[in-house]
Amino acid sequence: MTVLLEVTSLRTEFATRAGLVRAVDGVSLQVRRGECLGVVGESGSGKSVTFTSVMGLVRSPGKVAAGTIFFDGRDLCQLSSEEMRAIRGRDIAMTMQDALTALNPALTVGEQMAEVMVAHDETLPAGRAARRSAIRERSVEMLGLVGIPSPETRLRQYPHEFSGGMRQRIMIAIALTCRPKLLIADEPTTALDVTIQAQVLELITDIRARLGMAVVLITHDLGVVAEHCDRVMVMYAGQVVEEGPTAAVIERPRHPYTRGLLASIPRPALRGQRIEPIMGQVPDLVGLPPQCRFHSRCPMARPECLVAVPMLPAGPGRQARCLRLEDLA
Amino acid sequence: MSLGKLLERIIQLIPVLLGVSLIVFVMMALTPGDPVQIMVGEQSITPEQEAELRRNLGLDRPMVERFFIFLANAVQFDFGNSFYHGRPVADVIAERLPATIELSLVALVVALATAIPLGVVAAIRKNSVLDRVATVGSLLGVSLPGFWFGILLIMLFAVHMQILPVSGRIGYDNEVAAVTGFLLIDTLLAGDIGAFGDALRHLLLPAITLGLPMTAILMRVTRSSMLEVMRQDYVTFAEAKGLPRRRVLYRHALKNALIPTVSVAAIETGSLLGGNMIVETVFGWPGLGRLVVESIFLRNYPLIQAAVLLYAVTYVVLNFLADILYTVLNPRVKL
Repeated sequence: MTVLLEVTSLRTEFATRAGLVRAVDGVSLQVRRGECLGVVGESGSGKSVTFTSVMGLVRSPGKVAAGTIFFDGRDLCQLSSEEMRAIRGRDIAMTMQDALTALNPALTVGEQMAEVMVAHDETLPAGRAARRSAIRERSVEMLGLVGIPSPETRLRQYPHEFSGGMRQRIMIAIALTCRPKLLIADEPTTALDVTIQAQVLELITDIRARLGMAVVLITHDLGVVAEHCDRVMVMYAGQVVEEGPTAAVIERPRHPYTRGLLASIPRPALRGQRIEPIMGQVPDLVGLPPQCRFHSRCPMARPECLVAVPMLPAGPGRQARCLRLEDLA
Repeated sequence: MSLGKLLERIIQLIPVLLGVSLIVFVMMALTPGDPVQIMVGEQSITPEQEAELRRNLGLDRPMVERFFIFLANAVQFDFGNSFYHGRPVADVIAERLPATIELSLVALVVALATAIPLGVVAAIRKNSVLDRVATVGSLLGVSLPGFWFGILLIMLFAVHMQILPVSGRIGYDNEVAAVTGFLLIDTLLAGDIGAFGDALRHLLLPAITLGLPMTAILMRVTRSSMLEVMRQDYVTFAEAKGLPRRRVLYRHALKNALIPTVSVAAIETGSLLGGNMIVETVFGWPGLGRLVVESIFLRNYPLIQAAVLLYAVTYVVLNFLADILYTVLNPRVKL
């Protein structure tokens, strides 16, 4: 599998009153064509900002301060805003956490689907009527693909006329309209009921296989990652702390933070035992010292951990940012 | 929008009009000044003549009785004769109404056409020079009293620069046959482009004076709601879809941002009614506003009563129209 997205030493900063926040600090990652990468971390770990940076949608006062983002052979950081616009929605698509707020309440679902095609699809017929019916046909097809019943009538409705799960499907349909090479799904299930969560994830996995696109699944649910992702990347305080094939990472995490995350999941097999939470809080991202960022919460921390720790090889296709990763093997 | 809802609104209007009539009636009774004394002025008349006059005007009866007579006539759309004109109040008002409607509509158009684009640009270029100028300007616009600003405009453009007329609706040499009463339409119907231009020039200063506070408020509302809307997820999602910036701003952001603007515009259009009295007086505009001011000075009770009722109905109708427009912009709301 060839590499589709390669991010190197990405740094995204926000100028705040309290000081410069490095929300993403030296993140490097790869997504191969057709694979599913899970990105896990607590709120504020920089997982969403990393991928808003990839999309070129970081808002003021934030900016991408350093790094390269190669997508399909092009450095996205070097593109003009118009070139970047042409890539967004066509080659890289994104879905957001809550479809209720991500869909425009004042526009019909049909219009919100059609505008993507109008913005990107040069193969649409020129004539007005032919164009309209081509768009309509394609919209109906997409809604059918994500399992919305009677799509023809649904196109004329507004987002508030749909259930939460349906809205999520519609957002996915919109994102997939132009058959993107990469779908960034930011917490696609957080806002949904548990039963609907499974359906939506199945849908994404199913469509990924059918369209052969790569998926980045941003979540804080390791269970979701275990079930749907080929590889997983764990982020903490703006850095990647562990990265590797899902099964291997979950089986035997090589970073104490990953281990802590896994230990805080309730499991039926461990009934009666106490869940071990990770003590403490994510550090303030302003003025962090250049040492291991997990140090203050780490049960395995030692004095020698008070140095900057690079990503270290941790087995086949694996890396972890921990000096004691051998002790975790 | 069903017929039932429309009927409901009309029924709701009844207690509003009843209340307004009562308040105006009581206020006029409490205000010192006697219409008969004002009509007679310096002339000397006998007490018998005065009593006769009072009886003719119906002022010899007790207050409560007068109120019920007024109500009984009003439900038949009979508002009596104007004390001053000696003709039915409805006729006098109908003559003056087109001038006021014309002025208000032009003021409304001027206000909307300036406020919305300014508000949008100020929001998109937040903290730019233009944003600051617009924000400070709108603060001035809300704070300046209309009569003062109007006089200032007259001094600058009419007296000093002499490029616009001081007062009135149209020059004497440009008068055309009244068909609709709207001079902008009547001059065009007469095919007199010169007169049309003259009418427009007469409209300019009063319309700006009348529309200024509204422009200022609407600009601020549009700016802040646009800023609010641009932070919403659906704007980010629209950008993530790779839509052109124009479409993100005007189709996704503006349509939602206009929802509060419409509600405020409706309320502010109501306040144009009050502004009319001042602006028409300052600019010698022969409309309803000035007629009402004159009638108050003359204690011309029947005319004041009828005009206030008309204001109340207009206000309610405006709000109703705003509600309808609101549902067009905001599909989540059903009337």
